[in-house]
Amino acid sequence: MPVSKEVYLDNSATTRVFPEVVRLMDKIYLEEYGNPSSMHHKGVEAENEIRRAKETLAGILKCQPKNLYFTSCGSESDNIAILGGALANCRQGRHLVTTRIEHPAVLESMKYLESQGFTVTYLPVDANGHVSAEQVRDAVREDTILVSIMFTNNEIGAVEPVADIGAAIKEKNPRTLFHVDAVQAFGKEEILPGRMHIDFLAASGHKIHAPKGVGLLYVADGVKVRNLIFGGGQQNGLRSGTENVAGIAGMALAAQMLYGNLAAEREQLFAMKEHFILRMRELENVRFNGIPALSAPGEANTSPQESAAVPAEELSASIRTTAPQVLSLTVPGVRAEVLLHALEDRNIYVSSGSACSSNRPHLSETLKAIGVHGDELDSTIRLSTSVMNTMEDMDAAADALLSIVPMLRRYTRQ
Amino acid sequence: MEYQSFLIKYAEIGVKGKNRYLFEDALVQQMRIALKKCSGAFTVHRTSGRIFVEAKGACDTEEVVNALQHVFGIVGVCPMAERPIEPYPELEKDVVAFFGEEYPDRHRTFKVHCRRQDKTYPMNSQEIDEALGGALLDAYPELKVDVHHPDVMVTVEIREKIYIYTHILPGPGGLPVGSAGKAMLLLSGGIDSPVAGWMMAKRGLKLDAVYFNAPPYTSERALQKVEDLAAEVAAYTGPIWLHNINFTEIQLAIYDKCPHDELTIIMRRFMMRIAEKIARGTACGALITGESLGQVASQTMRSLECTNAVCTLPVFRPLIGFDKEDIVTVSKKIGTYDTSILPYEDCCTIFVAKHPVTKPILDVIERHEHHLDDIIGEMVDKALETDEIIIVDAEGKRVLKHREDPLTGGM
Repeated sequence: MPVSKEVYLDNSATTRVFPEVVRLMDKIYLEEYGNPSSMHHKGVEAENEIRRAKETLAGILKCQPKNLYFTSCGSESDNIAILGGALANCRQGRHLVTTRIEHPAVLESMKYLESQGFTVTYLPVDANGHVSAEQVRDAVREDTILVSIMFTNNEIGAVEPVADIGAAIKEKNPRTLFHVDAVQAFGKEEILPGRMHIDFLAASGHKIHAPKGVGLLYVADGVKVRNLIFGGGQQNGLRSGTENVAGIAGMALAAQMLYGNLAAEREQLFAMKEHFILRMRELENVRFNGIPALSAPGEANTSPQESAAVPAEELSASIRTTAPQVLSLTVPGVRAEVLLHALEDRNIYVSSGSACSSNRPHLSETLKAIGVHGDELDSTIRLSTSVMNTMEDMDAAADALLSIVPMLRRYTRQ
Repeated sequence: MEYQSFLIKYAEIGVKGKNRYLFEDALVQQMRIALKKCSGAFTVHRTSGRIFVEAKGACDTEEVVNALQHVFGIVGVCPMAERPIEPYPELEKDVVAFFGEEYPDRHRTFKVHCRRQDKTYPMNSQEIDEALGGALLDAYPELKVDVHHPDVMVTVEIREKIYIYTHILPGPGGLPVGSAGKAMLLLSGGIDSPVAGWMMAKRGLKLDAVYFNAPPYTSERALQKVEDLAAEVAAYTGPIWLHNINFTEIQLAIYDKCPHDELTIIMRRFMMRIAEKIARGTACGALITGESLGQVASQTMRSLECTNAVCTLPVFRPLIGFDKEDIVTVSKKIGTYDTSILPYEDCCTIFVAKHPVTKPILDVIERHEHHLDDIIGEMVDKALETDEIIIVDAEGKRVLKHREDPLTGGM
């Protein structure tokens, strides 16, 4: 059998680095390898790379370069925002608010704070994974010091109404800080921390075609935050440690490339998503999670056959309210891990909804939160695209699923 | 204290008859292989009933002892001080100094035991024992003599050189790998099978292993786990040839044609058949499994009868009388436990029925197996063709034959 072309549909896990980014980093590794803290020319050269990167990213987020800090990953940015934010402001109160569908970097930080005597409210989400501004407003109290809401959910692609939530929080309690985990959204959505009342924002390099090992943290003016790493006092003491110059420059270049053409890229991703969903109509009994038009009231999700009844424009518009790059597909009767390996065998890479290749996968809290239950929790895969994917990739994945799924459904555990 | 040479004690080999040299040669060979992994150069030589390891130049004592403690057949490793044949007064000084360094705390009982193989040495063993005992008591007044149950046995051997030692570090015992031939281990990735392999290797078997892979139902990481386990066992046995067999098609065929509660038994019968075929083709004289009586449905006496019926090679089941806890204890001791408990599904569990038969009847199983008659021969041949041989050593792995077919070809 000829080896088929690699189809990588796991871009929400990580992405392939842009060749331009590799070339820039290569130059920095080989030529501008100085320590940005050094006094001499090599140091200045490296510092300039960081300055340029900050300016680029500040331009994208419409903020000041001084609002930006570089970390080692999205998780670290989330940790600094939540732990550092809570520690610096704990005299004001000890209450935090978040949702049930956050990334573990947020949820585990919250759990740690709970163990340290803080109180956390975990908001439920609706069948499409949305939390409303009203819910957040109701949860915020006099002693609420921080609210953490993700921009885009990594598992089902729900996009939260961040701007409305930001306004609602500040209206209820102007002193409450608002942290947004934008790891999945950065590079895909227009994000304006200032206008959205965001105080902290976390992003990651390797989700946007930059390398692993670099993260971004936005901190709004005048926000108090405690550092978690102690050392040489780099980055205003908030994040000591020699900066990952090449990674930082790479992340800025990747962001620049993506944001230079954002509307067209989003349309490309949406078109691929829509095409895939339509192709899946040929397959019996599969469901898409997190797409409002495919979700009957009170139901988690609906099969695409029923979606045939949904007018094309309505479906199309509905898809465009979700994340362009994330597709969550439940295939009842097939274990996600098996489906993943069967696709892998055809050189197609996706992830299982539970993202844990174990005997007893710890089941996805996000899927539970939107009302997926029972065996279906373990029958959900995620396809996540990037600008490097094409319509042919979506067809290849659809073709593969159409032939594999009926086969796998014949053999199920009794 | 840095040692230059080591005396190796071996017990069971000593009682062998005329073929004793075969065991000793095998042991020396295994020791040489083990020492190759240590930094420095070593000579291993055998003289009447003793094996000596000598470092040429500096060596890392701890590393050498650890390597030798993984060689089956060795019951004790004694790090020694080595002196030329020297007059008694010098010998006395050396023994006193050596003891002083070995035991900074001298509130102990001791006994000196000299063996004089070199009968030209002017004093006999008895005289040397007494003289050295006196000298040690003079030098370290805290010491006491106890000739029956000494805390410290100071041994002095006078041969072509004089060897002095006071410590015996335990080895794994058993018989040298390879001295009993070679056998095929059915390695699953669980806790039991690596222990079973280790135990049989300890009785002198060289190991090959077979793993049944069922993509896409099992993952690449499950194979990696089995390779890691094989590598951990290989730390004792030397390189293991791991045969990776694609079992998916056979499993699905059984699922299609046979009663589901007999699936595991029938599947195991095919595993045994395939393992035996490979064993016969690779000069293995037996199969080894990690079965333990009554542990699961497929390991009851009746189930074992059914799986045993398909092969003629002896099947070694060293864990048959072990409790799970005992197996876990050995598994932790030999260092495979932490890998074994990694949670990847293996092909034994993917289609397992809720209530598998525990008292299968051989006739019935055979009758149901006949449902597969027209396809199974070809499927077994095909599975054998998928055989990918991975040579696994404690230090790494090397793939001998790559499988080129897609994993789910024919699905």
